[in-house]
Amino acid sequence: MRRSAWSSMVAALPLMVTAPALANDDLMKLIDDPNQWVIQTGDYANTRYSKLDQINKSNVKDLQVAWTFSTGVLRGHEGAPLVIGNMMYVHTPFPNIVYALDLDKEAQIVWKYEPKQDPDVIPVMCCDTVNRGLAYADGQIFLHQADTTVVALDAKTGKVNWTAVNGDPKKGETNTATVLPVKDKIIVGISGGEFGVRCHVTAYDQATGKQVWRAYSMGPDSDLLFDPEKTTALGKPVGKDSSLKTWEGDQWQIGGGCTWGWYSYDPQLDLMYYGSGNPSTWNPAQRPGDNKWSMTIFARDPDDGMAKWVYQMTPHDEWDYDGINEMILVDQEMDGKPRKMLVHFDRNGLGYTMDRESGDLLVAEKFDPVVNWTTGVDMDRNSPTFGRPAVVAKYSTEQNGEDVNSTGICPAALGTKDQQPAAFSPKTGLFYVPTNHVCMDYEPFRVSYTAGQPYVGATLSMFPAPGSHGGMGNFIAWDATKGKIVWSLPEQFSVWSGALATAGDIVFYGTLEGYLKAVDSETGKELYKFKTPSGIIGNVMTYTHGGKQYVGILSGIGGWAGIGLAAGLTDPQAGLGAVGGYAALSNYTALGGQLTVFGLPN
Amino acid sequence: MRRIVLGGLAMAGVLLNLAGATAQDQALPDGKTVENGKYFDAEGNPTYYITPDGVVDWYTYSGFRRYHSECHVCHGPEGLGSSYAPALVDSLKRLDYSQFLEVVVNGRKNISSSQESVMPAFGDNLNVMCYADDIYDYLKARSDGALDRGRPAKRADKPPQATEDENTCLGRS
Repeated sequence: MRRSAWSSMVAALPLMVTAPALANDDLMKLIDDPNQWVIQTGDYANTRYSKLDQINKSNVKDLQVAWTFSTGVLRGHEGAPLVIGNMMYVHTPFPNIVYALDLDKEAQIVWKYEPKQDPDVIPVMCCDTVNRGLAYADGQIFLHQADTTVVALDAKTGKVNWTAVNGDPKKGETNTATVLPVKDKIIVGISGGEFGVRCHVTAYDQATGKQVWRAYSMGPDSDLLFDPEKTTALGKPVGKDSSLKTWEGDQWQIGGGCTWGWYSYDPQLDLMYYGSGNPSTWNPAQRPGDNKWSMTIFARDPDDGMAKWVYQMTPHDEWDYDGINEMILVDQEMDGKPRKMLVHFDRNGLGYTMDRESGDLLVAEKFDPVVNWTTGVDMDRNSPTFGRPAVVAKYSTEQNGEDVNSTGICPAALGTKDQQPAAFSPKTGLFYVPTNHVCMDYEPFRVSYTAGQPYVGATLSMFPAPGSHGGMGNFIAWDATKGKIVWSLPEQFSVWSGALATAGDIVFYGTLEGYLKAVDSETGKELYKFKTPSGIIGNVMTYTHGGKQYVGILSGIGGWAGIGLAAGLTDPQAGLGAVGGYAALSNYTALGGQLTVFGLPN
Repeated sequence: MRRIVLGGLAMAGVLLNLAGATAQDQALPDGKTVENGKYFDAEGNPTYYITPDGVVDWYTYSGFRRYHSECHVCHGPEGLGSSYAPALVDSLKRLDYSQFLEVVVNGRKNISSSQESVMPAFGDNLNVMCYADDIYDYLKARSDGALDRGRPAKRADKPPQATEDENTCLGRS
């Protein structure tokens, strides 16, 4: 009796209490203030655009190092520091230290948080112990540790307000991603696609750490948080058991679809967006079917997690083209009509433009001309295969079969672009995209599943795109309304750093050799570069302090780039005796975690 | 015993098109022996065999495949190491076969304030343990400088014994 009275009171609470909404307004105000850098993506739309213009196209050549900070950790440093008021918050890879620096006191350390984590999580992280950073909301700093512990720290003192356990590393569940604060919740993903984890997105209450909802990438409708009648794919209801029907038996239980990428949010539509990763294993013959909803863009209601629409980009993946890259939300005109767009540069080499309200597919074009596994996506609305990519038989590891080496597939498994986020400038209307220019041979074979052990099932070798400039990356400008490359800058190595576009008509990005570069946002002309102590896989951010604009970047080579490129790549197609001709990254840079902050001379 | 098996197989002709007929006719270098297409060093530990015209034995080739599925996400392509884990082409200059197996089965930790290296225990991972000898053969060949980077261009066919052992190990019928 007492219980039912209490539960009806709780049910009534959200209608009466406005505090959570207020907290969100406060966060939105901070996000809109270009003097701060409050969440990893800069803004909810993931544009990575700053309205600051003190540093601009005409004076960026004079940029110099203002100060530096060593993180004391040597692993790959992804993500970026945050700035809220006079405080900067710097995170590290495992062991996931957080430093709070007082910018009023020349970056003195105010507090330091260092969690105790079982080092057994390290080898479960597959490709380095990276972490893509912190988020701030309502006086708290949120950290999602490698071992999947979500922590809320008091931003002033570093005191732990609450912790929540999101997964189990013994089953291969780990974390590398940041979290997204939305309204009164924290949205959290998970990794483990190479360990046969069935991945999910989870919302925790910001104030208490209590789990509010969890939505899996695959399984029964109740686990997906799908309404078979209301959740749509390309405008049509998905229907009952839309995921289960695309797997053989209970393989969906170890199906992958991990959620280790970026999250965006549209406050007007009240929808959050993200993508899911590869189906497990990498051997496609072992998991017949479309393997829904791996490799999928999701639009969900952040309050209850219900899916509004989904779109599977790479049905029945045969190449490890995770769909987790950022969803950038912009409003642009297409064919003379204003559109609420979602723009996504997928690992599979296609740049997608969707209508983010309806989930309609508007554009799907290659953002690297070497992409060859598909001839393109069927854009005929009346076709039964509308929205589906046409797979080229020669590059199909499924059609070629187990124990057959499929050669010359572009892009390689790391994708034409991995998680390294692109930027968008409303001034030019262009997207600035860090890309990989790498192809592969891929040979799938049978593997058996053991909980907590790698579940890979393919051998691959990677090499720079043949018949091109010989480098392994490009930094491109992209027109998402047309699906066209506007300009492309060749880079010797993959560009593994998140870009930043500013109102100063410049775009910043880092390189694996360790350069921070600034280019003209109209033309791509290089205006500035500086070599930091280690290779850059972090994302460029900007803020002001004392009325002056600064640009910050984390160095620290590592991540998948540090593993795959450290020794250099060889071209197995080049024939005997011609191997070893490509640059080894280890000849250019070594480990080292450091923040470098740049400013103009006083 | 092994030599007898080798002779018997050569007579049966099973291996004639595998590692190259010449291997059967001449004495193998460095005291190596072969049994059902699998090569052993003078101490009786698994090893690689590459014919003078570059045909790699099946197990070493299999090791190339398994290495690049199970190991290279940490140890880098072709055993060359990465920003994350050591170069095994160097490690195998110091580790012998039993030490190699010990690390693969039980893992290894090397934790300091600035660096944490953790090799997981693969003892209960069939995808690794059923091919541990193959991976050793491959890395040994790389470590000895006998095998270049890249996919071995020419390889012996899969010996029937390898299929049988694989099925037994993986628990397949």
